[in-house]
Amino acid sequence: MTVVADTETAAQVETPFKKPRKRRKDGTERAGWLVRLTVLLIVLMWTLPTMGLLINSFRDSVDSSSTGWWTSVLNPFATEWTMGNYATVLTTGGLFDALINSLIVTIPATVIPITLAAFAAYGFAWLRFRGRGLLFGVLVGLLVVPLQLSLVPLLQVYQGTGLTGSFVGIWLAHTGFGLPLAVFILYGFISQLPKDLFESAFIDGASPFTAFTKLVLPLSVPALASFAIFQFLWVWNDFLVALVFLGTSSDVAVLTIELASIVGSRGEAYHLLTAAAFVSMVIPLVVFLALQRYFVRGLLAGSVKG
Amino acid sequence: MQAMTSEQMGPKIIRSLLVVVITFAALWFGLGFLSDPVAFQGMPPTVSKLIQAAIAIILGVAGIWALFYAGNSIIEALPARATDLLRPYLFVLPAIAVVGLYLIYPTVGTVVTSFTDVPEGEGFFYNYEQAFTSPEVILNLRNNLIWLIIAPAIAVVIGLIFAGMVDRIRLESLAKSFVFMPLAISFVGAAVIWKFVYAWKPEGQEQIGILNAIWVWIGGFLVDWGILAEVEPIAWLQAIPINTFALIAIMVWLQVGFAMVVLSAAIKGVPSELTEAARIDGASERQIFFRITIPSIKGSLLVVYTTIAIAVLKVFDIIFVTTGGNFDTSVVAVRMYQEMFRFRNFGQATTMAVILLVAVIPIMVVNIRNLRRQGIGA
Repeated sequence: MTVVADTETAAQVETPFKKPRKRRKDGTERAGWLVRLTVLLIVLMWTLPTMGLLINSFRDSVDSSSTGWWTSVLNPFATEWTMGNYATVLTTGGLFDALINSLIVTIPATVIPITLAAFAAYGFAWLRFRGRGLLFGVLVGLLVVPLQLSLVPLLQVYQGTGLTGSFVGIWLAHTGFGLPLAVFILYGFISQLPKDLFESAFIDGASPFTAFTKLVLPLSVPALASFAIFQFLWVWNDFLVALVFLGTSSDVAVLTIELASIVGSRGEAYHLLTAAAFVSMVIPLVVFLALQRYFVRGLLAGSVKG
Repeated sequence: MQAMTSEQMGPKIIRSLLVVVITFAALWFGLGFLSDPVAFQGMPPTVSKLIQAAIAIILGVAGIWALFYAGNSIIEALPARATDLLRPYLFVLPAIAVVGLYLIYPTVGTVVTSFTDVPEGEGFFYNYEQAFTSPEVILNLRNNLIWLIIAPAIAVVIGLIFAGMVDRIRLESLAKSFVFMPLAISFVGAAVIWKFVYAWKPEGQEQIGILNAIWVWIGGFLVDWGILAEVEPIAWLQAIPINTFALIAIMVWLQVGFAMVVLSAAIKGVPSELTEAARIDGASERQIFFRITIPSIKGSLLVVYTTIAIAVLKVFDIIFVTTGGNFDTSVVAVRMYQEMFRFRNFGQATTMAVILLVAVIPIMVVNIRNLRRQGIGA
């Protein structure tokens, strides 16, 4: 039996990555070896595949096609490490262009839905008009629709209007698919802003537009950031929407498309494939590591994306 | 601002119309310039690519704001009553219009097409009859079902075990970050990572995929001890039926981080009075976990399970990139893509989409209702 000497209460947690609670408070059983071993095993299983990819991307073609990446880890000084794979994938083939294309697609496809959704969330939360409840219900209800439902009719519209293969076309497609979630998240936040704030602004002669740009947006930064990261990663990592609406031609193909085509054409050239894969993962990983806190918050709220 | 005389209104309308015209002209010329093949000739390809990128990003980002600004300046130039009446719609209608075009119209269109895009003389249910009598579609549905049964359950169980255990470990946040990291990786990227893990070399050659290396190594002992007659490396992505499970493992690997984060937050939210009281009564950590923690986080467990289930039903990238749907691994979403692009059979493609919708809706309803109850997000 364990004896409890001190019953300090755990503070509420804001994110799972901070630990406000004092570790190992008296009375708590220490983690046994079985617990430690299980955690270690899971951590290994979740890191080794990516580690293997990263390590292999620095090995030359002979090594990477004849020995496992772990042999280089075990003999680091006998291995010839090289940056050549990265030089090759970025200068030959379309990977560099694909990297730029991914930026061209992702940045507006993140900003546009946030803008539309912030305006809409403010309108639904603070302006009175006919049809408000119905329109809001419809918009959020669309969360249930998988985007596969949109593909065939939209493709026909796009082919009719020449929007296939254009950046504007894919910005709007990602905007449409991301909006219900964006409005859902931002409405939750903006509707909770204090009422007095708007009243005093209106008394001072501000129009709703000014109130929105000068008050609502700056105050909503946490919610905007949560959704922005969510949408950024979603668009950057998207494959299906880009494949259907943007296509595989080299002047517009994004990283996921280019990477998939390398898998198809040079699937056994592991030294190049691993380098290309890592190029495609660098930016989302940096965004993720830098803004983990906001991401977790968005994840908790955004777990319903359809 | 609100009370405007007619003399003031004239110039204001002209000014606001000017704003609108300039906005549209800028967008029009900017986009035309971008798609103009001559405009960037003579520059080094890298430079022209970067310039195009900058223009495109600025156009996309500034354009949306310019449109709202232009719309607002028109509305504010109108008589005060009209302004008040119309303004809310300036805020909400753009969003409604976009989802109308991108979600409502196509969803209706998909459902209609699945019933009407049939050969002459056939009934409305032709596509569905075709689908449910086709052995391939049945196989896809079976695979979807296998995914749905296995992937969410395993992801939730591992996520829960890890969240529960890591809570008591010193390097908690570091360990979590490692498990969480795959969430930032695309399905395509994960497919490449795992293709490398599953890499196969013929027997006798050195294995470069870590899974086959481990398998051959362990198998060697088993052969020595007489448990196995011989050990061969396994082509994990080609060998039926093991390949479907190998693909499911990729999905689990991607989703456990999500499960872990949500469940870990939920576990930390369990009132410590409850666990302290149980501890005083002599409960072991394991008893506390199963009798107190798990019942307290039922809601979160449901959210995580349903969310992963929906992602699993729509799985496409992982299969498309690794096996292309060959070797009996295809699912409904992959089939839909192939009907659409390879066979140009929009009737079958839309039927596959409707099947997905029908499968997803009940799970989604449970999910949203549960989220509402928990007050997350809304």
